[in-house]
Amino acid sequence: MRLFLRLLFRNRLAGFGAVVLGIIVVLALLTPVLPLHPPNATNTANRFLRPFADGHLLGTDHLGRDLLSRLMWGTRLSLAVGFAAALVAGLAGAAIGVMAGYFGGRTDNVTMRGVDMLMAFPYILLALAIVAVLGPGLLNALIAVAVVNIPFFARNIRGVSVGIAHREFIDAARLAGMGHTRIILTEVVPNIVPVVVIAMSTTIGWMILETAGLSFLGLGSQPPQADLGSMLGEARSALITAPHTSIVPGVMILLIVMSVNLLGDGIRDALDPRLRSGALARPMAATRVERVRVPAPSGEGLLRIEALETQFHIGPRTYRAVNKVSLDLKPGECLGLIGESGSGKSVTALSVMGLVASPPGVITGGAVRLEGQDLIGAPYEVLRTLRGRKVAYIFQDPLSTLHPLYRIGDQLIEAIRVHEPVSHSAAHARAVKLLEDVRIPNAPARIRAFPHELSGGMRQRVGIAMALANDPDIIIADEPTTALDVTVQAQILALLDDLRRSRGLAILFITHDFGVVGQLCDRVAVMYGGRIVETGPTADILSAPAHPYTRRLIACVPELGGGRRILAAIPGLPPAVDDLPQGCAFAPRCDKAQDACRMGEIDLQGTARQVRCLFPEGAP
Amino acid sequence: MTLALKTTELAKTFDIGKRLIGPPRAQVRAVHPVSLDVQQGETLGIVGESGCGKSTLARMLVGLLPPTSGRIEIEGRALDRADPAAFGRLIQYVFQDPVSSLNPRKTIRQIMEAPLRQLHGLRGPALDARIAELFDAVNLRPEFLSRYPHEFSGGQAQRIGIARALAASPRILILDEPVSALDVSVQAQVLNLLADLKQRMNLTYLFISHDLAVVEAVSDRIAVLYFGAVVETGPAQKVFAAPRHPYTKLLADSAPVVGRPLGGAQSGELPDPLNPPAGCAFAGRCPRASDLCRREIPVLGAVEGDQFAACHHPIPH
Amino acid sequence: MGGYILTRLLSAIPVLLGITVIVFLIMAMIPGDPATAILGSYATPENVERLNRHLGLDEPLWRQYFIWLGNLLQGDFGRSFALNRPVLDEILDRFSATLILAGTAFVLCSALGILAGVVSAARQYGLADKAITFVVILGISVPSFFLGMMMILLFAVQLRWLPVSGMYSIWGGGDVPDLIRHLTMPALALSVVATGVIARLSRGAMLEVLRQDFIRTARAKGVHERRVIWGHALRAAMVSIIPVLGIQAGFVLSGAVYIEMVFQWPGVGRMLVDAILKRDILLVQGGVVFVAACYVGFNIVVDVAQSVLDPRIRT
Repeated sequence: MRLFLRLLFRNRLAGFGAVVLGIIVVLALLTPVLPLHPPNATNTANRFLRPFADGHLLGTDHLGRDLLSRLMWGTRLSLAVGFAAALVAGLAGAAIGVMAGYFGGRTDNVTMRGVDMLMAFPYILLALAIVAVLGPGLLNALIAVAVVNIPFFARNIRGVSVGIAHREFIDAARLAGMGHTRIILTEVVPNIVPVVVIAMSTTIGWMILETAGLSFLGLGSQPPQADLGSMLGEARSALITAPHTSIVPGVMILLIVMSVNLLGDGIRDALDPRLRSGALARPMAATRVERVRVPAPSGEGLLRIEALETQFHIGPRTYRAVNKVSLDLKPGECLGLIGESGSGKSVTALSVMGLVASPPGVITGGAVRLEGQDLIGAPYEVLRTLRGRKVAYIFQDPLSTLHPLYRIGDQLIEAIRVHEPVSHSAAHARAVKLLEDVRIPNAPARIRAFPHELSGGMRQRVGIAMALANDPDIIIADEPTTALDVTVQAQILALLDDLRRSRGLAILFITHDFGVVGQLCDRVAVMYGGRIVETGPTADILSAPAHPYTRRLIACVPELGGGRRILAAIPGLPPAVDDLPQGCAFAPRCDKAQDACRMGEIDLQGTARQVRCLFPEGAP
Repeated sequence: MTLALKTTELAKTFDIGKRLIGPPRAQVRAVHPVSLDVQQGETLGIVGESGCGKSTLARMLVGLLPPTSGRIEIEGRALDRADPAAFGRLIQYVFQDPVSSLNPRKTIRQIMEAPLRQLHGLRGPALDARIAELFDAVNLRPEFLSRYPHEFSGGQAQRIGIARALAASPRILILDEPVSALDVSVQAQVLNLLADLKQRMNLTYLFISHDLAVVEAVSDRIAVLYFGAVVETGPAQKVFAAPRHPYTKLLADSAPVVGRPLGGAQSGELPDPLNPPAGCAFAGRCPRASDLCRREIPVLGAVEGDQFAACHHPIPH
Repeated sequence: MGGYILTRLLSAIPVLLGITVIVFLIMAMIPGDPATAILGSYATPENVERLNRHLGLDEPLWRQYFIWLGNLLQGDFGRSFALNRPVLDEILDRFSATLILAGTAFVLCSALGILAGVVSAARQYGLADKAITFVVILGISVPSFFLGMMMILLFAVQLRWLPVSGMYSIWGGGDVPDLIRHLTMPALALSVVATGVIARLSRGAMLEVLRQDFIRTARAKGVHERRVIWGHALRAAMVSIIPVLGIQAGFVLSGAVYIEMVFQWPGVGRMLVDAILKRDILLVQGGVVFVAACYVGFNIVVDVAQSVLDPRIRT
């Protein structure tokens, strides 16, 4: 709750809304005890007094009634009606939505058809029809507005409830012997409360507008009682001669609704966990660079990553995802980059072409040199012309990485035409050829398919074809087979291996699987806690790992054909990169760690075979 | 040895495109009739690729999905589907995604209390003592009880999930990809914990996974699923070492193993579930397929000793 | 595609029937006797009964419904007693005026709203984003009828740029430029709220889409940022924007009722409010059914547009 309030007031507009609304609500509550004229006392002699007239701060209306007094009483009424309508609609809608969403099937079907039916009316028609039945009056207007809004709530809450009803913890509750009522009350409802609160807080303003609207039409509050809407309605005939009688209630409605909306947005933002973590920020076209100094080139090579540092700045925390990582890739070589989740292997790969989401990602140091040209901090246009042409990417999940609404052919043709001014038909012919190169059967027909019409393996072939579109020198493959089944994975790996040999591609292959690295890569680099801990030729590392982490990680992985056994495990957890220990990041989990391991930087030692350890395996 | 779990012709068909009234537009057989025996104290590994029906099978076994036909017996008695609590006390489930299986708005203590209260009627000190005991069994510190699920890593959350399943004091645990969401170094911790718990509590496991090596490392026997049907069963050390069904062989050959060259990529994919082939579902991808295979669905039969395969032309050894 | 349109059209039939049932039931619940309302309180009981029989009001409710429905299908919406002319004629006259007003406002708010939302998302936390956000908050908080009144005060009374009210000038008007001059203020006032809602939603949808993996893929291909935003991202965002356009069309149509009152626009909204206050039941009934049916038709168009955009829902 404290966190909620702090988040709420961090948003200055929401704070402003809260203050304004607070003042209005307090004044409305105090209205009966304030020294005001009676709101309905007419005095036709003093009609249409202008504001700041004697005894009438805001003037008088067409019957000589004190505007200030009527404004306060009207505000009281409008607020009460608006809140009541939101509460009724919110609770009734939520109840319907939860039931439909949780039970699903026929209950859901019938309920939602009914809701759709009500939503088939422009809402005011329904409200007018309800008022026509019940007769004009404020309470009836309230009922009409509430009823008309129930379908909107029901539909919204149902969507959320369906999502929750399919979560695994609901199954777990069922297996724990809980009945439907108990599951709804203790498992589902607590999870939708924030959604209901958000929906209500963002629609109260709307409800106030609606009831005011009905009153404005003469269908809400009836004379002499007046809410803000009917004050406006009565003043309309004198709009030109006495505009202040319209402006006063109108501005009040605007103030109330605006402060409610500002506050409602603030509540929504404070309750939405994604906004809390800044996850809704829009990633920029290229990763932000804040580099103090540029390291000198350390040698030749196709691609050299030199002392690269990429960090995530989230709130007050700094996550050192990539910490002085250096790698080099020669033409035609396949380099494996292996590590567990959070080790920084993907961030390293994405940093090369500035594809790390930013915010929150920032490249804070190092260089990435492509044939000697530094890409970090290069102008966007330079980076863009290199992306896909010199360095292409293949990503993990081929369903989410292809655009769902474009045909795969159009996505391929776009990839070609971005870098080469060829005609559409020439690009089309090349796209078909590419699909054939990645062994998609019946390519001329498949080119018109949408991604969802293909299987996972076929989609990943499209991803590879797209990467090949401009004959790049380097392909960066970020766990390209992790989302695939083993038999499909074997096909894709074999394809990649073929392509690399026939086209002389250099591949940076990111994975967590030693088996894959062993089959595909010439060299391998092992990452832990954002740093390279060991690198060297694949066969050497797999047969004689030098870093204790590498050795024990290999031992953890069961290999097929080993039979039933107890597995070697590494105790403890991988380190959090916002709170790295001094010295070796693996020391807390290492059985060989000594005091020296926990003090100061440890350098990578060696040349072809490098290891970041004071007491490497196999050393005397 | 006694039978812990027996399924007879257990099958599930899903309706596609339900209408308000009238029959659905199409039907998909997610699980073809499956008959399995699991001995008391055994670990039966179930392995298969995505879409093979392994999760559907698991959810039927714990009563989360009603089977279309067939029956389930636990320790010789048919399960009464009218009473979910009866299921809960005999058979429990450990979910794949440890974080999503814990309600984010409840403390770990509340999560642990639910099965103990609902299934065993525990209250007061007895409840606290049992929770402490369970937490000790999965090597978690008692101070975790007052925290919320998002404060835990995947490995810790999975231990909580296991503790919750054990709270029901079940005879059988269904482990549905319990380590797939975890990192390799943490995976081994959880697998070893499971092996240890099984021995101490005399449990029977059904271990479902797509990872052949993991399944092989933890199972006594393995059943291989393809397209909703069991294509091969046998002792763990034999199934992948000497596969009888061509699909099992394809699986075993596909697993990335250091030093093995990348094989010639076999093409071929799963058949369309809306339009299944007449004969063996694997015939389209199978190098040994004959006309018989494309015509007639093979049934699971003994090939040699305790190895069974559903194949017209099993691989000889 | 054709199959989808056909299914969508067929599925509208039960909705339309449902609408007639709801409207009929609501109207049947109106207290008081239509015959008395028509003949006035001095009518003799015999006359009331004769009229009731003439109107079919002595039949059971379900038969009345089917008689009414049968008449509707033949285009007979009954006669308005207050105006003494066929309901359908009155509705058609008035609805064309509403269509001009609401249609203009809808086009305005869709175009402006999406534009503002995309710019706002593309420049998140920038000056343009802050300015747009502020205007949007103001826009969704102001009652459209109040805004209309203020516009009259400013543009018609003070500046004398535009006419105060009505659809055509009383003398010398009637042509298109005259209509546009009369239309400007009410259409603007009507579109303000919906523009705000659409802008907000478009901004949210764009921000959501811009974080997706396929946007990263487009960038990795070297696609220009302008095309990433206005092509890849906007197209995906439209999937969640289009259904809201459908809902907002209903809100624009609803808002038209207030705007027609403020600007004395001779549309169907003003007709309905007058009819309710005069208890002209057949006119209310016919008007509601007619407008709701048009709205259902519009939503079919929206759904078809959605299916053209998103191949995944066409199956």
